[in-house]
Amino acid sequence: MIDNSIIATIIVHLFTAILQLAFWRKTVTQRVLSIVGVTIGFLFSLSLFIKVYNGEILKMNAANWEAPFGIVFVADLFSSTLVLLTSIAALAVSLFSAVGVGKSRMLYGYFPIFHFLIMGLNGAFLTGDIFNLYVWFEVIIISSFVLLTLGGRKQQLEGAVKYMALNILASTFFLTGIGILYGITGTLNMADLSLKIPLVQDQSIVNLTAMFFIVGFGIKSAVFPLYFWLPSSYHTPPSAVAATFGGLLTKVGLYAMFRVFTLIFIPNDFTRGVLIIMAILTILTGAFGAVVKHDIRRLFSYLIVCHIGFIVGGLGLYTKVAFMGAIFYLIHDILVKTNLFLISGLIRKMRGTLDTPKLGGLYSEYPKISLLMALVLFSLVGIPPLSGFWPKIYLFEASFNANNYFLVGSLIFASFITLYVIAKLWSEVFWKETSKTENLPDEFKIMNTFNKTLLVLPIGILTAATLYIGLNAEFTVQLVDRISNEMLDPSPYIKAVLNN
Amino acid sequence: MELLLVFLIGLLYSAGVYLILRKSMVRLLLGTMLLGNGTNLLIFLLGNIVKGKPPIIKADLKIFMDIYADPIPQALILTAIVISFGLTSFAIVLLKRVYALVGSDDLDDLNTPEEEDL
Repeated sequence: MIDNSIIATIIVHLFTAILQLAFWRKTVTQRVLSIVGVTIGFLFSLSLFIKVYNGEILKMNAANWEAPFGIVFVADLFSSTLVLLTSIAALAVSLFSAVGVGKSRMLYGYFPIFHFLIMGLNGAFLTGDIFNLYVWFEVIIISSFVLLTLGGRKQQLEGAVKYMALNILASTFFLTGIGILYGITGTLNMADLSLKIPLVQDQSIVNLTAMFFIVGFGIKSAVFPLYFWLPSSYHTPPSAVAATFGGLLTKVGLYAMFRVFTLIFIPNDFTRGVLIIMAILTILTGAFGAVVKHDIRRLFSYLIVCHIGFIVGGLGLYTKVAFMGAIFYLIHDILVKTNLFLISGLIRKMRGTLDTPKLGGLYSEYPKISLLMALVLFSLVGIPPLSGFWPKIYLFEASFNANNYFLVGSLIFASFITLYVIAKLWSEVFWKETSKTENLPDEFKIMNTFNKTLLVLPIGILTAATLYIGLNAEFTVQLVDRISNEMLDPSPYIKAVLNN
Repeated sequence: MELLLVFLIGLLYSAGVYLILRKSMVRLLLGTMLLGNGTNLLIFLLGNIVKGKPPIIKADLKIFMDIYADPIPQALILTAIVISFGLTSFAIVLLKRVYALVGSDDLDDLNTPEEEDL
């Protein structure tokens, strides 16, 4: 069904960014505009989600060109769920940024670039054209380069060089894949590609193209052995930026991987094998990395890598149960990882450092906020009935059904490591007595109540969302069940795009 | 013409990968530029190069009756060129800043240890 309002979530952020450019140097106006913009964006994406959840797949033909010829925007349940999650995360980060980001960064355009980034994310989730997906990826990476380097500290720029080099390389691989794909099929529309790929006579070139996409999206979603840019750059920018990156940027790579490998290339045994081996190694290396780090954000960066492996493993198993686990984990991961980096930002405000040996005593000083953070950490570990628990059950079941005991073993191992590092983090940061020798400035204590609320409220919003998907798992399971059905049988998607 | 382009694309890709694998930041930048140009030529080649056949339907016909030059690869390349121009100019400025701060062109010097990072 044609519904032009699906593009509203993209347009809102575009207009917000342009308006903010008109108020360059007026940081207060920019903050207000940003919060208004993300709120409107959230309402649009919520209405889009409800429309798609209760109705059917929606699409928009750009400039009214019919589907295989023009660019289409398609909102199926998977896209609209991710758009909704993006706007929840954006709402939280925007509120947090109003106080959590330094004024000097705001003066150099933090907020407009943030909105361009969110616009790019929404565009990538909604587009139905593979070249258009490439363009949205470029919108995302150029915005993320600016956000990463804004401020110009030495560590930031060092991280940015690695981030930039590997992301440009990933785009080149992706574009090469698109070029070959166009050469062998003569179309760029994803639904049309899905129909034309099985007709290609020489299937070996199709498998070769699939490898280009695995490498391109693999770098973007940080899977082994392509993830090294992530732990060397995510600890450098301000926590609000790291929250956007950690929660959303790697996930757009995963989204693209799911979309391409369920719609365009149906993976053969070899590709599934590659995906599962990559997933196991990602889980293990991420877990080992998290054990040795004592800076909170470096630790969280490795946990991101570790948990990406869970989702890629679900894709590699390629069964309905595995998809349900992977998509549930993706939903859970976006909310929790964004929240973790916001929490690290709040801890930095309270203590001025993120080095665990120097931290301590947060529980005795801020018991209520600590308990809020504990809920997030418990969700991450997967204590039942919180949100991290359910997807793991599905992933275990799927890997047992596939008799893939290596994957089961690494999932269990990674869960234990996550539990271990979070327990260590809790005792080091919250329970341990503050060392008397360190003089740690507490910026948070001297703030007024309004600013304090702006810092704690986003963590509360994200925690509430996490609790909702965990405690109301019946709804979430029903949602991921429908999304997995859409993935295993793309014919409704193809019909919606090409026939209307 | 096609064969020449195939060799040129192979040369650009291999030279680009070789330069990216070096330790120097400037070579890294040149490598990504070469790779990008190789990709653009690849898209151009895969779009079936035809000489002097515009994609215009004659007034009395409804569909294309003979071979025509496909305009889409050129539109794609144009987009890709604009994007890579933006990325490259950002990269040049970034690398210049890093050189000014670190004082070295060697990528191995970009590792501030965890202990010194505050």
